[in-house]
Amino acid sequence: MTARVGVVTFPGSLDDGDAARAVRIAGAEPVRLWHGDPDLHGVDAVVLPGGFSYGDYLRCGAIARFAPVMETIVDAARGGLPVLGICNGFQILCEAHLLPGALTRNQHLHFRNRDQVLRIESVSTAWTNTFQPGQEVLIPVKNGEGCYVADTATLDQLEAEGRVVARYVGGNPNGSQRDIAAITNAAGNVVGIMPHPEHAVEELTGPSLDGLGFFTSVLKHLVGAPA
Amino acid sequence: MPRVVVDVMLKPEILDPQGQAVANALPRLGVGDVASVRIGRRIEIEFTGEPDLDRAREIADKLLANPVIEDFTVRLVEADETADARS
Repeated sequence: MTARVGVVTFPGSLDDGDAARAVRIAGAEPVRLWHGDPDLHGVDAVVLPGGFSYGDYLRCGAIARFAPVMETIVDAARGGLPVLGICNGFQILCEAHLLPGALTRNQHLHFRNRDQVLRIESVSTAWTNTFQPGQEVLIPVKNGEGCYVADTATLDQLEAEGRVVARYVGGNPNGSQRDIAAITNAAGNVVGIMPHPEHAVEELTGPSLDGLGFFTSVLKHLVGAPA
Repeated sequence: MPRVVVDVMLKPEILDPQGQAVANALPRLGVGDVASVRIGRRIEIEFTGEPDLDRAREIADKLLANPVIEDFTVRLVEADETADARS
Protein backbone atom coordinates (compact mmCIF):
# COMPACT_ATOMS: atom_id res chain seq x y z
CA MET A 1 0.00 0.00 0.00
CA THR A 2 1.22 3.51 -0.80
CA ALA A 3 2.48 5.35 2.26
CA ARG A 4 0.58 8.53 3.13
CA VAL A 5 2.75 11.46 4.21
CA GLY A 6 1.04 14.51 5.70
CA VAL A 7 2.25 18.03 4.91
CA VAL A 8 1.00 20.72 7.29
CA THR A 9 -0.03 24.17 6.08
CA PHE A 10 0.15 26.95 8.67
CA PRO A 11 -0.82 30.54 7.93
CA GLY A 12 2.42 31.76 6.34
CA SER A 13 3.78 28.39 5.22
CA LEU A 14 5.68 28.76 1.93
CA ASP A 15 7.10 25.40 0.97
CA ASP A 16 4.13 23.14 1.66
CA GLY A 17 3.49 22.76 -2.09
CA ASP A 18 7.10 21.79 -2.81
CA ALA A 19 7.14 19.41 0.16
CA ALA A 20 3.99 17.68 -1.09
CA ARG A 21 5.54 17.46 -4.55
CA ALA A 22 8.71 15.89 -3.12
CA VAL A 23 6.60 13.32 -1.28
CA ARG A 24 4.85 12.44 -4.54
CA ILE A 25 8.10 12.20 -6.53
CA ALA A 26 9.50 9.90 -3.85
CA GLY A 27 6.56 7.57 -4.46
CA ALA A 28 4.20 8.31 -1.58
CA GLU A 29 0.82 9.96 -1.39
CA PRO A 30 0.96 13.51 -0.02
CA VAL A 31 -1.89 14.41 2.33
CA ARG A 32 -2.45 18.10 3.00
CA LEU A 33 -3.03 18.83 6.70
CA TRP A 34 -4.44 22.10 8.02
CA HIS A 35 -3.07 23.86 11.12
CA GLY A 36 -6.52 24.29 12.63
CA ASP A 37 -7.53 20.63 12.28
CA PRO A 38 -6.18 18.32 15.01
CA ASP A 39 -7.02 15.23 12.90
CA LEU A 40 -3.96 13.71 11.18
CA HIS A 41 -6.25 11.74 8.82
CA GLY A 42 -4.35 8.52 9.37
CA VAL A 43 -1.05 9.61 7.82
CA ASP A 44 2.08 7.48 8.29
CA ALA A 45 4.48 10.42 8.63
CA VAL A 46 4.38 14.22 8.75
CA VAL A 47 6.42 17.01 7.15
CA LEU A 48 6.41 20.49 8.73
CA PRO A 49 7.38 22.71 5.80
CA GLY A 50 9.40 25.92 5.55
CA GLY A 51 7.99 29.42 5.53
CA PHE A 52 7.02 32.06 8.04
CA SER A 53 4.20 30.56 10.09
CA TYR A 54 2.16 33.25 11.85
CA GLY A 55 4.45 35.86 10.32
CA ASP A 56 7.34 34.73 12.54
CA TYR A 57 5.71 36.90 15.23
CA LEU A 58 7.32 36.75 18.70
CA ARG A 59 9.85 34.07 17.68
CA CYS A 60 9.94 31.79 14.63
CA GLY A 61 7.69 28.81 15.35
CA ALA A 62 6.57 30.07 18.77
CA ILE A 63 2.91 30.49 17.87
CA ALA A 64 2.69 27.55 15.42
CA ARG A 65 3.60 25.30 18.31
CA PHE A 66 0.15 25.95 19.81
CA ALA A 67 -1.80 25.18 16.61
CA PRO A 68 -4.39 22.39 17.10
CA VAL A 69 -2.59 20.14 14.59
CA MET A 70 0.67 20.46 16.57
CA GLU A 71 -0.85 19.10 19.76
CA THR A 72 -1.71 15.90 17.92
CA ILE A 73 1.65 15.79 16.15
CA VAL A 74 3.60 16.23 19.40
CA ASP A 75 1.75 13.28 20.95
CA ALA A 76 2.12 11.13 17.84
CA ALA A 77 5.83 11.98 17.51
CA ARG A 78 6.41 10.87 21.11
CA GLY A 79 4.75 7.60 20.06
CA GLY A 80 7.12 7.13 17.11
CA LEU A 81 5.42 8.90 14.18
CA PRO A 82 8.17 10.04 11.76
CA VAL A 83 8.22 13.86 11.62
CA LEU A 84 10.52 15.98 9.45
CA GLY A 85 10.72 19.71 10.15
CA ILE A 86 12.32 21.76 7.39
CA CYS A 87 13.53 25.31 8.10
CA ASN A 88 10.50 26.91 9.83
CA GLY A 89 9.42 23.33 10.58
CA PHE A 90 12.74 22.79 12.43
CA GLN A 91 12.08 25.99 14.40
CA ILE A 92 8.60 24.72 15.30
CA LEU A 93 10.01 21.36 16.47
CA CYS A 94 12.43 23.17 18.78
CA GLU A 95 9.70 25.47 20.12
CA ALA A 96 7.52 22.37 20.72
CA HIS A 97 10.42 20.76 22.66
CA LEU A 98 10.48 17.73 20.37
CA LEU A 99 14.07 18.72 19.60
CA PRO A 100 16.55 20.47 21.94
CA GLY A 101 18.07 23.90 21.36
CA ALA A 102 16.80 26.84 19.34
CA LEU A 103 17.29 28.60 16.01
CA THR A 104 18.36 32.23 16.26
CA ARG A 105 19.11 35.13 13.92
CA ASN A 106 21.94 34.42 11.48
CA GLN A 107 25.12 35.74 13.07
CA HIS A 108 25.89 38.05 10.14
CA LEU A 109 22.22 39.22 10.08
CA HIS A 110 21.91 38.52 6.33
CA PHE A 111 19.29 36.24 4.81
CA ARG A 112 21.28 33.43 3.16
CA ASN A 113 20.03 31.80 -0.02
CA ARG A 114 22.42 29.46 -1.80
CA ASP A 115 23.11 25.86 -2.73
CA GLN A 116 24.88 24.29 0.23
CA VAL A 117 26.98 21.17 0.68
CA LEU A 118 26.04 19.09 3.72
CA ARG A 119 27.66 16.02 5.22
CA ILE A 120 25.17 13.39 6.40
CA GLU A 121 26.46 12.16 9.75
CA SER A 122 23.63 9.99 11.04
CA VAL A 123 21.99 7.46 8.75
CA SER A 124 20.03 5.68 11.47
CA THR A 125 17.11 8.14 11.50
CA ALA A 126 13.74 7.58 9.83
CA TRP A 127 14.60 10.33 7.33
CA THR A 128 18.24 9.54 6.42
CA ASN A 129 18.51 5.75 6.22
CA THR A 130 19.09 5.70 2.44
CA PHE A 131 22.25 7.82 2.68
CA GLN A 132 25.80 6.56 3.25
CA PRO A 133 27.56 7.67 6.45
CA GLY A 134 29.64 10.77 5.63
CA GLN A 135 27.92 11.23 2.26
CA GLU A 136 28.04 14.81 0.97
CA VAL A 137 24.86 16.21 -0.55
CA LEU A 138 23.99 19.51 -2.26
CA ILE A 139 20.79 21.13 -1.01
CA PRO A 140 19.51 24.75 -1.09
CA VAL A 141 19.64 26.71 2.14
CA LYS A 142 17.49 29.84 2.59
CA ASN A 143 17.02 31.32 6.02
CA GLY A 144 17.36 34.43 8.15
CA GLU A 145 17.13 32.67 11.49
CA GLY A 146 19.00 29.42 11.02
CA CYS A 147 21.75 29.75 13.61
CA TYR A 148 21.44 26.65 15.78
CA VAL A 149 22.25 27.22 19.45
CA ALA A 150 22.13 25.02 22.53
CA ASP A 151 24.12 24.86 25.74
CA THR A 152 27.41 22.98 25.72
CA ALA A 153 26.01 20.00 27.62
CA THR A 154 23.21 19.58 25.04
CA LEU A 155 25.64 19.89 22.12
CA ASP A 156 27.97 17.33 23.70
CA GLN A 157 25.05 14.98 24.27
CA LEU A 158 23.88 15.32 20.64
CA GLU A 159 27.41 14.51 19.45
CA ALA A 160 27.87 11.60 21.86
CA GLU A 161 24.55 10.02 20.91
CA GLY A 162 25.09 10.47 17.17
CA ARG A 163 22.15 12.84 16.91
CA VAL A 164 23.83 15.43 14.70
CA VAL A 165 22.22 14.38 11.42
CA ALA A 166 23.95 16.79 9.03
CA ARG A 167 26.63 19.49 9.14
CA TYR A 168 27.46 22.37 6.81
CA VAL A 169 30.52 21.78 4.65
CA GLY A 170 32.43 24.49 2.78
CA GLY A 171 31.25 27.41 4.86
CA ASN A 172 28.71 27.79 7.62
CA PRO A 173 25.85 29.92 6.20
CA ASN A 174 24.42 31.20 9.49
CA GLY A 175 26.86 30.71 12.37
CA SER A 176 25.25 27.52 13.68
CA GLN A 177 27.18 26.02 16.58
CA ARG A 178 29.44 23.17 15.51
CA ASP A 179 28.22 23.68 11.90
CA ILE A 180 24.97 21.87 12.75
CA ALA A 181 22.43 21.77 9.90
CA ALA A 182 20.16 18.98 11.16
CA ILE A 183 19.53 17.05 14.38
CA THR A 184 17.28 14.23 15.55
CA ASN A 185 15.56 13.18 18.78
CA ALA A 186 16.76 10.20 20.81
CA ALA A 187 14.43 7.77 19.03
CA GLY A 188 15.46 8.96 15.54
CA ASN A 189 11.91 9.49 14.28
CA VAL A 190 11.92 13.30 14.57
CA VAL A 191 14.42 15.21 12.42
CA GLY A 192 14.83 18.98 12.05
CA ILE A 193 16.85 20.34 9.14
CA MET A 194 17.51 23.96 8.22
CA PRO A 195 18.29 23.50 4.46
CA HIS A 196 15.54 22.46 2.07
CA PRO A 197 15.68 18.88 0.71
CA GLU A 198 12.27 19.40 -0.96
CA HIS A 199 13.94 21.90 -3.34
CA ALA A 200 16.43 19.29 -4.59
CA VAL A 201 14.25 16.55 -6.02
CA GLU A 202 14.12 17.39 -9.75
CA GLU A 203 16.77 18.32 -12.30
CA LEU A 204 14.63 21.12 -13.71
CA THR A 205 14.29 23.06 -10.47
CA GLY A 206 17.01 21.91 -8.07
CA PRO A 207 20.80 21.85 -7.93
CA SER A 208 20.75 18.06 -7.43
CA LEU A 209 18.41 15.18 -6.66
CA ASP A 210 20.03 14.70 -3.25
CA GLY A 211 16.99 15.92 -1.32
CA LEU A 212 14.92 13.01 -2.51
CA GLY A 213 16.84 10.71 -0.15
CA PHE A 214 15.10 12.19 2.88
CA PHE A 215 11.69 11.29 1.47
CA THR A 216 12.64 7.84 0.18
CA SER A 217 14.21 7.14 3.59
CA VAL A 218 10.92 7.56 5.40
CA LEU A 219 9.23 5.18 2.94
CA LYS A 220 11.94 2.60 3.62
CA HIS A 221 11.53 3.20 7.34
CA LEU A 222 7.76 2.69 7.11
CA VAL A 223 8.12 -0.58 5.19
CA GLY A 224 10.48 -1.88 7.86
CA ALA A 225 8.48 -0.52 10.77
CA PRO A 226 6.18 -2.82 12.71
CA ALA A 227 2.54 -2.23 11.81
CA MET B 1 -5.66 49.48 36.16
CA PRO B 2 -2.05 48.35 36.70
CA ARG B 3 -0.48 46.21 34.02
CA VAL B 4 2.04 43.43 34.11
CA VAL B 5 5.23 44.15 32.21
CA VAL B 6 7.32 41.23 30.98
CA ASP B 7 10.88 42.00 29.89
CA VAL B 8 12.50 39.32 27.74
CA MET B 9 16.27 39.37 27.16
CA LEU B 10 18.61 36.94 25.41
CA LYS B 11 20.68 35.05 27.96
CA PRO B 12 24.12 36.65 28.44
CA GLU B 13 25.90 33.75 26.74
CA ILE B 14 23.74 33.96 23.60
CA LEU B 15 25.21 36.14 20.87
CA ASP B 16 23.00 39.14 20.04
CA PRO B 17 23.85 40.08 16.44
CA GLN B 18 21.14 42.78 16.39
CA GLY B 19 22.65 44.46 19.43
CA GLN B 20 26.11 44.22 17.86
CA ALA B 21 24.86 45.82 14.64
CA VAL B 22 23.42 48.72 16.64
CA ALA B 23 26.61 49.06 18.67
CA ASN B 24 28.64 49.12 15.46
CA ALA B 25 26.45 51.94 14.10
CA LEU B 26 26.96 54.21 17.12
CA PRO B 27 30.39 55.55 16.07
CA ARG B 28 28.65 56.96 12.99
CA LEU B 29 26.62 59.10 15.40
CA GLY B 30 29.81 60.26 16.99
CA VAL B 31 29.23 58.05 20.03
CA GLY B 32 32.43 56.34 21.04
CA ASP B 33 31.93 55.37 24.67
CA VAL B 34 29.41 52.50 24.39
CA ALA B 35 30.90 49.11 25.22
CA SER B 36 27.97 46.92 24.18
CA VAL B 37 24.28 46.92 23.24
CA ARG B 38 21.80 44.11 23.98
CA ILE B 39 18.30 44.14 22.48
CA GLY B 40 15.30 42.60 24.19
CA ARG B 41 11.53 42.80 24.13
CA ARG B 42 9.03 44.43 26.49
CA ILE B 43 5.50 43.05 26.64
CA GLU B 44 2.64 44.77 28.51
CA ILE B 45 -0.23 42.58 29.65
CA GLU B 46 -3.59 43.89 30.83
CA PHE B 47 -5.83 41.41 32.63
CA THR B 48 -9.61 41.67 32.58
CA GLY B 49 -9.60 41.65 36.38
CA GLU B 50 -6.82 42.09 38.92
CA PRO B 51 -3.31 41.65 37.48
CA ASP B 52 -2.07 38.13 38.15
CA LEU B 53 1.72 37.90 38.39
CA ASP B 54 1.75 34.11 38.64
CA ARG B 55 -0.38 33.78 35.52
CA ALA B 56 1.87 36.32 33.74
CA ARG B 57 4.92 34.26 34.72
CA GLU B 58 3.28 31.16 33.24
CA ILE B 59 2.49 33.02 30.01
CA ALA B 60 6.06 34.28 29.82
CA ASP B 61 7.56 30.84 30.45
CA LYS B 62 5.34 29.03 27.95
CA LEU B 63 5.06 31.56 25.15
CA LEU B 64 6.63 35.00 25.52
CA ALA B 65 10.16 33.75 26.20
CA ASN B 66 12.04 30.68 25.03
CA PRO B 67 13.87 29.54 28.18
CA VAL B 68 16.52 27.83 26.02
CA ILE B 69 17.88 31.19 24.87
CA GLU B 70 16.06 33.88 26.85
CA ASP B 71 15.53 35.11 30.44
CA PHE B 72 12.50 37.11 31.52
CA THR B 73 11.37 39.27 34.42
CA VAL B 74 7.79 40.02 35.42
CA ARG B 75 6.66 43.14 37.31
CA LEU B 76 3.60 45.28 37.99
CA VAL B 77 3.50 48.87 36.75
CA GLU B 78 0.88 51.56 37.20
CA ALA B 79 -1.13 52.51 34.13
CA ASP B 80 0.59 55.88 33.80
CA GLU B 81 3.95 54.15 33.21
CA THR B 82 2.70 52.12 30.25
CA ALA B 83 3.13 52.79 26.55
CA ASP B 84 -0.53 53.85 26.15
CA ALA B 85 -0.19 56.53 28.79
CA ARG B 86 2.91 57.99 27.15
CA SER B 87 1.53 58.11 23.64
